[in-house]
Order: sequence, then structure tokens, then C-alpha cells
Amino acid sequence: MGRRNTYLLVFILALFGFTLWSVVPLDTKLLGPNGLTLGLDLKGGSQLLYEADLSQKDPSITDAEAMSAVIEKIQRRVNEFGTTEPLIMKQGTDQILVQLPGVQDINEAIKLIGKTALLDFREQESDENGNPVFDEKGNPVFKDQPARATGNDGEEKELVGKYLKRARLDVGPYGAAVVVALEWDPEGAHLFEQITKRNVGKQLAIFLDNELISAPVVKEAIAGGRAQIEGNFSMDEAEMLAIQLNSGSLDVPLTIIGRERPDPTLGADSIKKSLLAAGIGIAILLLFMLLYYRFLGLIACFSLGIYGVFLLAILSFFPITLTLSGIAGVIVSLGMAVDADVLIFERTKEELRAGRSIGAAIEAGFNHAWTAIRDSNITTFIACGVLIWLGRSGAFHAFMVSGFAITLFIGVALSMFTAITVTRTFLRLVIASQLITNPAAYGVKT
Amino acid sequence: MIDFVGKRGWFFFVSAIMVLIAITLLSTFKLSFGLDFTGGTSLTISFVPEVDYTESAQIQSQLREEMTRLGYSEAMPQFLKESHDFFIRMKFISPEEVNELGDHLKTVFARDVEVSVPLEMSPAIAMETARNAAIAVIIAAVAMLFYVVWAFRRMPKPFRWGTCAVIAILHDVLIVIGIFSLLGWLFGVEIDALFITGLLAVVGYSINNTVVVFDRVRENMSKSISPDFAQTVNCSVVETLGRCLNTSLTTLFVVLALFLFGGATIHYFVLVLLLGIIVGTYTSLCIAGELLVMWEKGEWRKFSSWLPFVKRTA
Repeated sequence: MGRRNTYLLVFILALFGFTLWSVVPLDTKLLGPNGLTLGLDLKGGSQLLYEADLSQKDPSITDAEAMSAVIEKIQRRVNEFGTTEPLIMKQGTDQILVQLPGVQDINEAIKLIGKTALLDFREQESDENGNPVFDEKGNPVFKDQPARATGNDGEEKELVGKYLKRARLDVGPYGAAVVVALEWDPEGAHLFEQITKRNVGKQLAIFLDNELISAPVVKEAIAGGRAQIEGNFSMDEAEMLAIQLNSGSLDVPLTIIGRERPDPTLGADSIKKSLLAAGIGIAILLLFMLLYYRFLGLIACFSLGIYGVFLLAILSFFPITLTLSGIAGVIVSLGMAVDADVLIFERTKEELRAGRSIGAAIEAGFNHAWTAIRDSNITTFIACGVLIWLGRSGAFHAFMVSGFAITLFIGVALSMFTAITVTRTFLRLVIASQLITNPAAYGVKT
Repeated sequence: MIDFVGKRGWFFFVSAIMVLIAITLLSTFKLSFGLDFTGGTSLTISFVPEVDYTESAQIQSQLREEMTRLGYSEAMPQFLKESHDFFIRMKFISPEEVNELGDHLKTVFARDVEVSVPLEMSPAIAMETARNAAIAVIIAAVAMLFYVVWAFRRMPKPFRWGTCAVIAILHDVLIVIGIFSLLGWLFGVEIDALFITGLLAVVGYSINNTVVVFDRVRENMSKSISPDFAQTVNCSVVETLGRCLNTSLTTLFVVLALFLFGGATIHYFVLVLLLGIIVGTYTSLCIAGELLVMWEKGEWRKFSSWLPFVKRTA
């Protein structure tokens, strides 16, 4: 036992040292960008919940494709808005949650997100001799306006996204490379043929919302409305390009079905007060453990300290977004972490009263308390599992629910480790050293 | 040794009264649900220059008139003394309608009006939230029932253990909800998603306590410390008394500190936890194990003989 315990102790201390080093702010702030991720209710901002009307999408594509195109579009728009760390995610089958931290006036964001995507094709700028123009870095310079050509009805038209039927992933002619296949409608095919004809050997740029997304070289004039963009695409890159190309044609109407603007001052005030309150509560808790369980309580304080550092490290490492309800989850899990220690200590005291030696009493305490800790924590895990599942669907307040459940789940799982492994290792160390042998030190009258 | 099990009649009586009161409160005052569950729009209307306290009543009634004129007759503006703004909770309206409302108020009041939307939720989404919350509570209860039945599968009649544990949970949940229906009537406390979260935490906490007591009963039964089941249960309750009280006390320290000094946003959430921990500790010590004894001794039958229309089977 002795050697194994030493190894465990070294392992725990090493892990503790490492996490402490990773958590303690050396050059970054604990609650800063590299520290804990705070939820919208704590740092303020706005959130919007959209519902996409999938009945109006192009019937040839799946719901999931339409949704990812819409999400991509919103992502681009929000980036344009310049928000730090926006969060855009799909909820359920047809809902999209948009979180904009720090944004107080969301009307502008709403307008921006609601716009339809503008996809157009532009030719390279050419000099007097008809040679393509490059900037000083060697990148091609494109015109400010979409490429124009004569349409089927004889009028001059711009080559824009509305003529593009769809873009999709395909495999190249030799089955090796991934390509993006374009399919134009009759009007688009006609325009595209004329434009490719006069641009052979040059680059034709694709702009989305005035942002260059790709500039393939035209190899030959393309008739018939089917074209391929080749390149050293990875699967993801090609898929991204296809989604971007589709974002004009895949547009589905979005309706706002929910929005919220948590008050940041309320959140900041709340977090400050709540942290202070939690500090007071924890101080009383530790004092109580010390007075009631004496030496065992001291060990519990140590293992709770380790528990706290580990928990902080896990929360900031993954990172798990900390909301008010998440903080509540941490507090409840703290209660359960203490509970595991209390269960073990009560058991140990019983065994001591029954006349066992301290070493035997502690081992028996751990063994007997284990079933109770296991069964009671598994029921908590069940509750957490249901809550996390609930948080995956539904409106944004479900976020709070899953935030609570995730921190509680992590906290309880961690508490099983600290109570069983950390506390036991410390106690075995003390027993082996035979420093404290008086049962009174364990809170038992002799 | 304190005789918990012997006094079970009293405990059941007290609990029955509490549950009855909770049900009465619920049926009289109902629950006031927040926007999370009802759907709707909440608006904060701030005037520039700020509305003075002396003119607030007049502007309030004028605002009310204008809202009715626009077709929002259910909107009741409230004056917020701290921020000098007006707060309105009304049916769900689109962002365009909010903008129109702002423009209209600007022309009517001839001062700069800023309309912001702290929270807006479409009724469909609210329905979904409410439905999900209900499903979550039911699934959690059933899953725990199954787990307790499984964990105590070596005991005779494990289903009873699970049922007693779940009855104990429902008892706690009902009492907490009852208190909140009273609070809703007295102070306008609303039931929101955070409340449901708190309630589920209470469920987890309560069953945690009950399982610890049951675990001791299981252990004592396999040791066969007493031929009398009532005595075995009582012994187990007394043995776990120290642990139950200490755990509750330590958690209560933190929760109470949060309730007294914590931020306003989590005030009622923490209250749910506070009430739940107190009631949950009471049930695990005085109700859950005692229910097992009552069932084992067939006291349901004795009780049911008092009821009319119930055929005696024994």
C-alpha cells in the first residue's frame, strides 16, 4: 500500500501543480479572454432566435443543407458587424440562435442579418493593352462591378447569384480531386458562356457580399450551363465554397421568434455579489468542517481546495461557457463534494467508536461510504443528463438549463475523484506517518 | 435512540397538511408564468429627458391610452422608480412593430423615446419550452425510479423502494411550487426556465439524500440487525442522521449566503434551492424510509379502510 500511495500522492500533487499553473493568472486575467468564458447573462449583449421557413427552400436540397447555408450567411454578416466571439448555432431542425456579446443596439444587427446574400462574378481589371492588372503583391485586381453580358432577351445583364441554380461537391474527371460543380439556369448559362469566352486564361472572381471568396482561372469558354471549379481543395474547403455559392440561391426567409438583451450592469453586479456571497458561504463551510471533524476536516479542506482548482481548470480549458445558472451548478456540486467527504468521515467516526484502529476505521469508512456515494451521485447524473438533453432543444433559456446541468455534472464527477482518491491518499499518508493517533483529533470522544 | 419511524403517523400528518396547503395555494393563486413559458414581448420605454417622478402618473396613463389606440389594449405600463423608465409586458410583436411603436410614441409625446426589448419570445417557442420542461421533469422522475429499483434489486420488492423515493421527490416539488404560487400572488414572482432548473436541482438533491438513507437500510438488512423492519429503518435513519444534517447544513451555508448577499438575478433561483434543501432533508429523514415501513406493514390498507367506496381486500 505504501509505495502505491506515494505514487498516487506524487501524481495528485503533479496534476495539482500543473492545473494551478494553468489557472493562475500570470500574464492573462482569470476572467479575461483566455480565462473563463462568460455567458451572455454575465457579460451582457444581445441574443436572437430565428426560425427559418424551410417550406420555401429549393426542393432539390435537404433541410440540413439549407440550414447550414443560412448559418454560414449569418456568420459572415455577424463578422461584418465586428462583434467579438459571436455564437451562431442551429437549434432543433429549423431554429438558429445568434448571440452577440457586447451588442446593445440590435436593430442594426437584425437588419444586417435579414438581408439576402449578394453573390456576383467579376472580371479582372485590364490595362490599355488588354493585359490583366496585378497589385504590388502580385494579386490580381478585380473590377468593382459584376461582369456584364447580353442576356437571352438581348438586354445587358450582370452575372449574379440569382442565375445560379446550385453548386455542389463533385469528384473530378479522374476520380481523384474534389471539385465544386456549378449549374446555371438558361439565362445564367448564356451570360456565363459569353463571359468565359472573353476571359480564357484569366481569373474570374466570385464575390459574396462584396467579399472575394474564390477566383478560379477560366480554362475555356463554357457552354451549356455546367462548370467545375478545380483546385487543391480539401473536402471541407470545397464544401465551404459550395455553401457560399449556394447562399444566394439557398436563401430561406428568416423570422425572429425570440430576442433577449440581458442587462450587463445587472450581470456584472450579480457576479460580483454572488462571488462574494459564495466566498462567505464557502468560508463558513470550511470552518464548520474544521470544527466538527477536526483533523479530518483539515484534510477535507485540502481536498476541496484541490477540487476547486481542478474545476476551474476544466471550466476554462474546454472552455465551458459560465452563466449564472452554471455558477449555481458549481455551488450545488460543491455541496455534493462536501457530501462525499461527510459520508466518509461519518462512517469513519462510527468505526472508530466501534473500537477499530484509526487506519482500519478510515479504510472501512471509505469502503462503506462508497455505495452511498455511487448511488446518490448516479441519480444526480441522471438528472443532469435529462437537463443537458433538454437544453439541446428549445429556446435560448434552455441554455441556462444545460449550463447548470453541465457544470453540476462535471462538478459531481470530479467530486467523486477528489473524495475517493485525493482525500484517501492524504489520509493514508498521515496514517503511515503515525503523526496523529489520538481519536479526539478525528472528532471522536474517547 | 430517537424514534423517527415510530412517529411516522405525525410526519405523514404534517406532510399531508403541507401538501394540501400547497395544492390549495396552487389552485387558488395558480402560477404566474414568465415570458419563457407564455410568450410575449417585454419593452422598456425610456424618455429623453427623463420622466420626473411628479409627471410619471400622467405619462403612464397617456402611454396606456396610446398603447390601446395602437391595438395593444392589454399592455399595462409600469413606472420603474430606479431607472425612471416604463416597463411593459405584452403580446408578442415583431421587431418592425416595435420600431413603429417607438416612432409613434416619439411624435405623440414630442420627446425622444427609446424603446428597447429586454426579452421577446414567440408563443410557439414558449409552448415548446414549457413542454420540454414538463417532459424533462417526467423523464427525470421515471429514470430515477428505474435506477433506484435497479440499485435495490437485491432487496425484496425493489419497486417499492423506487416508488417511495419518487413519492418523496414529488412531495418536495409540490411544496416548493406551492410556496412559489403564494410568492407569485404576494410579490409577483414569476416561474421561468431558471425556476425549473432550480426545481430539478432540488429533485437531484432530494433523491441524493433519500438514496443515502436507503443505502443504509439495505446494508442493515443484509446484516439483519433486527427482525423488525421498522426498527431496521429507524436504526438506519438515526445512523445517517449526522451525515444528512451535516451535508444539508454545509450546503445551506453556501446557499444561504448566496440568498442573503448574492445578486438579484439569481435571488429566486437560490430561494428554490434553499427551500428544496430544507424540505428534501426533512423528507429523506422523516418520509421516505417511513413510507417503506408503512407499505411493508400494510398500513395502506388500514388507511384505505377509512375512505369510503374503497373495498377492503383483507
